Amino acid sequence: MQLDSKVPGGPIESKWDRHRFELKLVNPANKRKFEIIVVGTGLAGASASATLAELGYQVKSFCIQDSPRRAHSIAAQGGINAAKNYPGDGDSIWRLFYDTVKGGDFRSREANVYRLAQISNTIIDQCVAQGVPFAREYGGLLANRSFGGAQVSRTFYARGQTGQQLLLGAYSAMMRQVHAGKVALFPRREMVDLAVINGQARGIVVRNLITGEMERHAAHAVVLATGGYGNIYFLSTNGMSGSVNAIWRAYKRGALFANPSFAQIHPTCIPVHGTYQSKLTLMSESLRNDGRVWVPKNPDDSRPPEEIPESDRDYFLEFKYPSFGNLVPRDVASRNVKLVCDEGRGVGSTKYAVYLDLRDAIERDGKEAIDKKYGNLFQMYEKITGESPWDTPMMIYPAVHYTMGGLWVDYNLMSTISGLFVIGECNFSDHGANRLGASALMQGLADGYFIIPYTLGGYLAGTPLPDITVEDPVFWDCVKRAEEMGRKLLSINGKRTVDDFHRELGRIIWEHVGMSRNEAEMSKAKAMIPELREEFWNNVTVPGTAKELNQSLERANRVVDFLEFAELMVEDALSREESCGCHFNEAFQTEEHEALRVDETCSYVAAWAFDGDEKAPTLYKEPLEFEYVELGTRSYK
Amino acid sequence: MSETINLTLKVWRQKGPDVKGRFETYKAECISTDMSFLEMLDVVNEQLTLEGKEPIAFDHDCREGICGTCGAMVNGLAHGPEKGTTLCQLHMRHFEDGETLVIEPFRARPFRLIKDLVIDRGAFDEIIQAGGYISVSTGSAPEANTLPIPPEIAELAMDAAACIGCGACVAACPNASANLFVGAKISHLVLLPQGKAEGAKRALCMLKKMDDLGFGNCSNETECEMVCPKEISIANIARFNREFLKASLLSSEK
Repeated sequence: MQLDSKVPGGPIESKWDRHRFELKLVNPANKRKFEIIVVGTGLAGASASATLAELGYQVKSFCIQDSPRRAHSIAAQGGINAAKNYPGDGDSIWRLFYDTVKGGDFRSREANVYRLAQISNTIIDQCVAQGVPFAREYGGLLANRSFGGAQVSRTFYARGQTGQQLLLGAYSAMMRQVHAGKVALFPRREMVDLAVINGQARGIVVRNLITGEMERHAAHAVVLATGGYGNIYFLSTNGMSGSVNAIWRAYKRGALFANPSFAQIHPTCIPVHGTYQSKLTLMSESLRNDGRVWVPKNPDDSRPPEEIPESDRDYFLEFKYPSFGNLVPRDVASRNVKLVCDEGRGVGSTKYAVYLDLRDAIERDGKEAIDKKYGNLFQMYEKITGESPWDTPMMIYPAVHYTMGGLWVDYNLMSTISGLFVIGECNFSDHGANRLGASALMQGLADGYFIIPYTLGGYLAGTPLPDITVEDPVFWDCVKRAEEMGRKLLSINGKRTVDDFHRELGRIIWEHVGMSRNEAEMSKAKAMIPELREEFWNNVTVPGTAKELNQSLERANRVVDFLEFAELMVEDALSREESCGCHFNEAFQTEEHEALRVDETCSYVAAWAFDGDEKAPTLYKEPLEFEYVELGTRSYK
Repeated sequence: MSETINLTLKVWRQKGPDVKGRFETYKAECISTDMSFLEMLDVVNEQLTLEGKEPIAFDHDCREGICGTCGAMVNGLAHGPEKGTTLCQLHMRHFEDGETLVIEPFRARPFRLIKDLVIDRGAFDEIIQAGGYISVSTGSAPEANTLPIPPEIAELAMDAAACIGCGACVAACPNASANLFVGAKISHLVLLPQGKAEGAKRALCMLKKMDDLGFGNCSNETECEMVCPKEISIANIARFNREFLKASLLSSEK
């Protein structure tokens, strides 16, 4: 298969303009004749649903939660990037583009990233008009702060609840369209399959989580906005319902899966404290603006941190990376924290933690100023750990946070299945091998508000779409498969719970395909996963029935797909013979333990095709060319 | 270091909306005090599953206090005894060894019970649909900094906008009033200059929808403010009342 990214020609600054002109338009009167399914109501899904409905399309919006307002974008804390250059510190579209390509360690598509940077400013305008209460300066103009991987201040924020406020903005816009009769809401539905008819994505089958019924929904195009798959690690900062299901079903129906092994481990999370733990909590990267990361110079120093004098502290990030200091990108920060702890220099009861200390900032700026910026984060930390960051430094350790991998999409954000569009975290598109802080919100909203409304229109206007109905045998086959799976899961009656299997799978992936990878460990994982999967199918116990609210069955369905997907993740990690961004292969590192890319052979997007359950997947490569940003070694020193 | 405690749970079990419910008693043993309340329920559910019994159904997602999915009455208090805390952020270190906890769903007429502790809060979405937004279509926004907003106003709006829509306010109110939820949204939007144009219409429409859905009236019990995990102030209800009054007296909107 030849992968065609459909990147338009011409200079990078005018590609998007030119493309929008070249895309066919749907006659306004005809828009209401098109039905579009959007799965997911996070930033990408909600903004797409709202905008498509405003344009006149009939939208059906599905979400797993009881209300679209609860999608996990809501938990994003720190902020959203834009190239407004309000502080006048040298930002520009070009610099945001450059930082993002470099931050992603040169494994993203230049044209897509440039478009993202171009759109970034419009997103802020839109959100302000919707009433998003961004932080402001004394004069009433918008305030900015800094995030990792950038030397300019370009992050807009609403306290530590930026994701919540942006999502409520998009949700409200969508609710306005529900009121106008243009969006039909389907909450508490989980997508179980994609209906591909005559090579086109024409609908989905969802499980109604209240009744257990399999419902069939047809449309002219399907948009997936189902988020990331970080929950494969069991412990992550993702919401509990996050899964790979929707994109995995699409993969099995013919969509290519790109860079599945690219998972971001976020440096500043509250450390793990017990085996019963169900999830990890992030402490926003914005804390690294004012917080200093350190460990005691003497690993056996047993004094409480606030009593350890300056001279006995090792501010290892500031020392190693003098120009970016505590604000190095996430992958670099995480790896260094791991390194320090692996050397036995960590702190806390498990020794797998380092200090994140705001003492100096509190002394410098005063308690009030710090409280305004981070008060709610301090409060959250205290609730979880029982310790107050006002009195003692926080303890942090890296945790799985975001997945850069996802379904392969072209410049139109369409997958390799005609009419299947993929937006937000569940596509692979803009972050390469490492996402910079405050860029996920930007990408989700760029895709939903400003890209998909044009490219989807172009598809609908230029593609013959024969009439189909939900009685098509393809729909019934999907229903049959999903129901059989449910019956099978309920009939095993084994001795281990779903969570027990999930926890073990997570441990395998974390230990063997985590922050630091090598061939021997990854090969071990490759052998362990099928064994675990086999045990799952023989020894899992799922109580209850299929035709009711059954949360155990929901979790089992998610773990089934994680157990299959895990193998592809390992396969992808093994096949990439280099280190780049989050993918740190120990065989490829500099003397200073920095990631060593191999551009000659590895400058590509890995796109995997499903060839059947018993067969190995096929790897297709989309070569990446860098015309505008010079390929260089990432240096934050 | 963490300790462990033993608890007795009396949990409301109800198969569905039309079936009779009842309290069941369970032992929660060896519970680490570092656990969250929901992790404690996870442990009980694992145990029930292995005993071949049906686990307790409860809603949850982010488990960091922001999505608003979780919530239950613990010993009669929405989200439990800690102030300004969602159920998922309530940690077991706040309970004593040997304590008995009574756990029930949020109860209010407009929130239909689905199963055990799971309820339907779709009524909140319907209230927002009635007017909880600023009508601005994508692409029509002016440059963001053309409209300076004093930081203290932005902060006040943010205080109100912090609502997570969990429904604790309704569950705690003897009248099942949604005034704090609605007041927070009205305040968030009307405090900002962008939201003033639709202010009257918004107040009238949201109040009407709230009434139609069967939420009760506010009688200043202030229970809502007490249980709100985001500590949203009842000053927002006062602002809502003023907006409503202004709209009914002066506006041409009906």
